[in-house]
Amino acid sequence: MSSIEVADSSLRQASRRLLPKVSVGEKGTLGLLVLTVLLGLLSIVCLGTGAVSVAPSQVLAILGKGLDLTLPWAFEPHHEAIVLSIRLPRILLGILIGGGLAVAGAAMQGLFRNPLADPGLIGVSSGAAVAAVATIVLGATVLDFATQALGPFALSIAAFGGGAATTLLVYRLSLVHGTVSVSTMLLAGIAINAVAGAITGVFTFVADDAQLRSLTFWSMGSLGGATWPAVAAAAPFTGLATLAVLRYARPLNALLLGEAEAGHLGCNVERLKRSVVLLVALSVGASVAVAGIIGFVGLVVPHLLRLTLGPDHRFLLPGAALLGASLLLGADLIARTLVAPAELPIGIVTAIIGGPFFMYLLQRGRRLGKF
Amino acid sequence: MLEGRNIHVVLDGNVLLEGVSIHVRPGEVVAVLGPNGAGKSTLLKVLCGDLSPTKGTVSMGGRALTSWDKKASAQIRAVLPQQSSLSFPFRVLEVALMGRSPHLRGPETQRDYAIARAALQEAGVNHLEDRLYPTLSGGEGQRVHLGRVLAQIWEAMDQTPRYLLLDEPTSSLDLAHQHHTLTVARAFAERQVGVLVVLHDLNLAAQYADRVLLLKEGREVATGPPEQVLQAEIIEAVYEIPITVIPHPHSSCPLVVPAANILSKLKT
Repeated sequence: MSSIEVADSSLRQASRRLLPKVSVGEKGTLGLLVLTVLLGLLSIVCLGTGAVSVAPSQVLAILGKGLDLTLPWAFEPHHEAIVLSIRLPRILLGILIGGGLAVAGAAMQGLFRNPLADPGLIGVSSGAAVAAVATIVLGATVLDFATQALGPFALSIAAFGGGAATTLLVYRLSLVHGTVSVSTMLLAGIAINAVAGAITGVFTFVADDAQLRSLTFWSMGSLGGATWPAVAAAAPFTGLATLAVLRYARPLNALLLGEAEAGHLGCNVERLKRSVVLLVALSVGASVAVAGIIGFVGLVVPHLLRLTLGPDHRFLLPGAALLGASLLLGADLIARTLVAPAELPIGIVTAIIGGPFFMYLLQRGRRLGKF
Repeated sequence: MLEGRNIHVVLDGNVLLEGVSIHVRPGEVVAVLGPNGAGKSTLLKVLCGDLSPTKGTVSMGGRALTSWDKKASAQIRAVLPQQSSLSFPFRVLEVALMGRSPHLRGPETQRDYAIARAALQEAGVNHLEDRLYPTLSGGEGQRVHLGRVLAQIWEAMDQTPRYLLLDEPTSSLDLAHQHHTLTVARAFAERQVGVLVVLHDLNLAAQYADRVLLLKEGREVATGPPEQVLQAEIIEAVYEIPITVIPHPHSSCPLVVPAANILSKLKT
């Protein structure tokens, strides 16, 4: 028997064993289905909850009307206004930003091959913070011309520009002989974060009381500014960049083996790294611009998913989009109802719920040998 | 044929390779030997395109390596690095399936699963397929990656010759698994794969290689069939210890052993 026949017979043997097995993909697909249902239910609950309660059936009827569907539940006209023009943009913004941050986190962790990496590491968040703080503090004086020209979008545009510029700077610093060195990039990110933190600190120091309140609220994040124009401003960046990252799932898997290995598996590693950095900068920069810094989503959501769905990016990335969106909707629900009619900054809510949970996950994961 | 001609590599002023030529034909096992720092791994990196030679050319199938599309070359050539790190909790079967990625357009098919399982079986780790990679021992991990690269070039594509490049594939393995791994390399050569393997153990090379290339300080010392290259004088000159070469009691290949007076020689 030649070795080719041996190989073929071992192939047949292996095929026979395949039949009763659950494939790797089935668990992932089921997981994504569960996460989609969760996000759908949570969205309906969030649309119905607030100062005025709207029953889930009425929420469905209102949404149905918007899509030219007539559902058999009556609702009051002012409920329609509340759901469609106040709550729906906020829910959509939450989905966009939550999903975007979580996907950005998962992609960065894949890129750095380190499950503790975070979009903040490459300087997007702190760069955006510097630009936004500068706009808040200097907007009425030194930068008056700019704020006049940009109008209500000044803060958003500044935050996005600051984030993108810092990312590019980190990226330039980490180019060694034309290729991106991941370890240098991490170190450059740390250095830039320190400088950005110091500059932000100086602005905080010189800010007056009113500016300080605005600063605090912005730096802890909020979906309070959600309007249809805000959604329209964030959707092209965060939404499209997030969808584009999903396309890199398989190369990101290969990259986890190492850069040389990924190259040997046929992926263009340099292009992959460049694309992912750019897309993450776009997505995170735009979301920081409309909702401020909302920490922790990008770190914990991918972790949680790896413990349940496994590390395959083909399920991890879409799963992160869905779970990140759900997590942010849940956190926003708490932020706007807990001390109603006032609102908590959403970053506080995500950190208070997520921090201890994250510690528990780390502990559990280490015991199971998953990290 | 995978061929490197007159390869020079100079990195930061250090000459790592100086005028080394090597070729691997489909169906043969070529071993690269030499002391630490002789340039074995550098040569492998040049042959797989990780490192551009300062001077010299590398070609695969008659075409310059640089003109190959990354994906097309990944379909016919697999590389097992000295060590692979993977700290994410993939299952062993998923790691082997990654080897199929250059061939995939959509999701993995039943056939890809079958190939991944068969490759793990060939590498002797099919019993581990549901284990999480980070929980494996060093040797088990090395064999899982062997399974992954076997899955990558499991089948010939339109009769295009395939190549398997292994960088010290036996470094974390016990005696039995060292032989198992080289038997697998041999079996792939029988299936018309050209195998290049970097080794430290001269006797493994003697038993499994068709040809060997012996390097010292970036230069070729000798090349040819093992019985020609693995002669006492040549090896003594390269490794600078006294060597005796005796015929293997059960086969025709040479057996390289340190000479009896090695201790006294090393002390002086």
